[in-house]
Amino acid sequence: MRYRVQTGHGSSWVVALVVLVIVIVFAALPFFGSRSLMQDLFFVFTMLTLAQFWNLLAGYGGLVSVGQQMFVGAGAYGVFAAAILWGINPVAGLAVSALAALVLALVSAVFVFRLNDAYFAIGTWVVAEVARLSFAQWKAVGGGTGTSLPREARRNMWGTEWVEEVTGLRAAAAMDVVSYWLALGLVVATIGGIYWLMRRRTGLALAAMRDNPQAAASVGLDARRIKLAVYVISAVGAGIAGGLIFMQNGRVSPDSAFSVIDWTAYVIFIVVIGGIGTIEGPIIGVIIFFLLQSLLADLGTWYLMVLGFLGILVMLFAPRGLWGLISGRTGFALFPIQRRLKLKERED
Amino acid sequence: MIWVDTLVQGILLGGLYALFAAGLSLVFGIMRVVNLAHGDLIVMAAYLILVLVTALNLSPFVALLLAAPLMFGVGWLLQQMVLNRTVGADVLPPLLVTFGLSVVIQNALLEGFNADSRRIPAGSLEIASFSVGPVTIGVMPALTFATAILVTLALQLIFYRTALGRAFRATSDDPDTASLMGIRPGNIFAVATGLGMVVAAIAALYLGMRANFDPTIGPARLIYAFEAVIIGGMGSLWGTLIGGIVIGVAQTMGAAINPEWQILSGHLAFLVILLVRPRGLFPAGGR
Repeated sequence: MRYRVQTGHGSSWVVALVVLVIVIVFAALPFFGSRSLMQDLFFVFTMLTLAQFWNLLAGYGGLVSVGQQMFVGAGAYGVFAAAILWGINPVAGLAVSALAALVLALVSAVFVFRLNDAYFAIGTWVVAEVARLSFAQWKAVGGGTGTSLPREARRNMWGTEWVEEVTGLRAAAAMDVVSYWLALGLVVATIGGIYWLMRRRTGLALAAMRDNPQAAASVGLDARRIKLAVYVISAVGAGIAGGLIFMQNGRVSPDSAFSVIDWTAYVIFIVVIGGIGTIEGPIIGVIIFFLLQSLLADLGTWYLMVLGFLGILVMLFAPRGLWGLISGRTGFALFPIQRRLKLKERED
Repeated sequence: MIWVDTLVQGILLGGLYALFAAGLSLVFGIMRVVNLAHGDLIVMAAYLILVLVTALNLSPFVALLLAAPLMFGVGWLLQQMVLNRTVGADVLPPLLVTFGLSVVIQNALLEGFNADSRRIPAGSLEIASFSVGPVTIGVMPALTFATAILVTLALQLIFYRTALGRAFRATSDDPDTASLMGIRPGNIFAVATGLGMVVAAIAALYLGMRANFDPTIGPARLIYAFEAVIIGGMGSLWGTLIGGIVIGVAQTMGAAINPEWQILSGHLAFLVILLVRPRGLFPAGGR
């Protein structure tokens, strides 16, 4: 018997082509799309980035965190502190965001990795609260009330001038275009990176750990190390997304940057409703989330209640989410990471 | 001398946090499941008591006698209809379902009662106090603390001295074998959650009488409760009481240094204990 391990399917290249065309259309959007459409898509891309990283953490890594807002907040303050205190260009400040999130991830890991399962969730929430309360004490960036990104920092944002020249847009709109492209780049890199990670041995290791931790340990997998890596990667990703969101926002405050509702609750609902443990799930989830928000945002509290109910119903009756319903029926995957064993009878 | 006063106030505040945590500790001890909506359910119970007090013109303590069985019913139904479907090896479903529940309850309360902060009127009890040596103690905090001790004692007795407690422990140890002995784990879980909600109603009474509350304060109270449970050692009821006291003392000590540090120092105390005693002060298994 000969065998080979196959990921993907015959039509994979068609999917790749379609994805490529979609990305190109999105990239070209600033030349023909409206400003409000770009702002909406900016929101969708950044939420999708956060959702992908939370999914990596919870869906693949089994680490349910309620504290991702800590890294969003750290990233936001990274950009603002870099611009205000050291005069660093906000786009370069995203590197400070990543660094801030990295440091906080390593420090917080010392604490939260002492807790398991549900208590890990609580631990992440506590450290996020500690971070929020601590940043509120940082008077140089506005303390409890927060601060704005200085005008000149916004105006000098890398790429803005070039966009103004090429598109003839005014400065404010050109800044939106730069943020939009950064968000698009971030979400493409995120999905591409996670897909790559999942097709490598890391993906196999994560799946093995999720399906049977004892068996995975017995073949030599160091679960702690892999989980720590996943935790740090998700933190840095959320940090960059946070830096970008608040750079575009122009204003930061501890309560908005470390908001558990905005950066964790919404993200969890996106992943759960779309389908946890898949790359496609968060994409479906963010589309539904955006549609619901457009339809129901005026209703305020009702909107959150609908979202909560939907999350509960999906978790109870379709725990693999909407994408799970689709792929369960058809076996189709946009981003195939399942490994299939193909057996062939030897011909001799 | 001011430090003695701060210490005493902190211990008494800890009684309130222990009440928040006792129901959580009970449920975790039996089902190994954490309920992220616990804080919101406490706030919901506080509104229930407030409605009973204002609509029927009752004393808050009489209102509790009505609210407690109602909350037992809420917990029982919640467990039977929803949470029992999520109990299992996978930790994700119960966490995510109770997280969704938390958001739903919070916003339903906002819709029903708006965002104004309320208080359960307790008449002269609110300001009554007595002196012990140099320390002045409020009657309300003292009452809260005494209740926390009584609740812990009662839960301990139920757990270790009754047939129900035996069923609790059996189901907790091994639900499959327990069900061979004629116990239905689902029903036992429902009773446990109901009991947890009775404790939540008691916590709600003191929460509402001691300070203002609004629909959004649940999650913050939930964090204190969890910290108390983890500090005490998971599954240990007396440990939870001590855990609550640790958080209470840390908070009042922090506030005495700088009022802005109250909440922060409670969290920091939790993190420090997590570093030196990751399994809590009184981990189960040592009992």
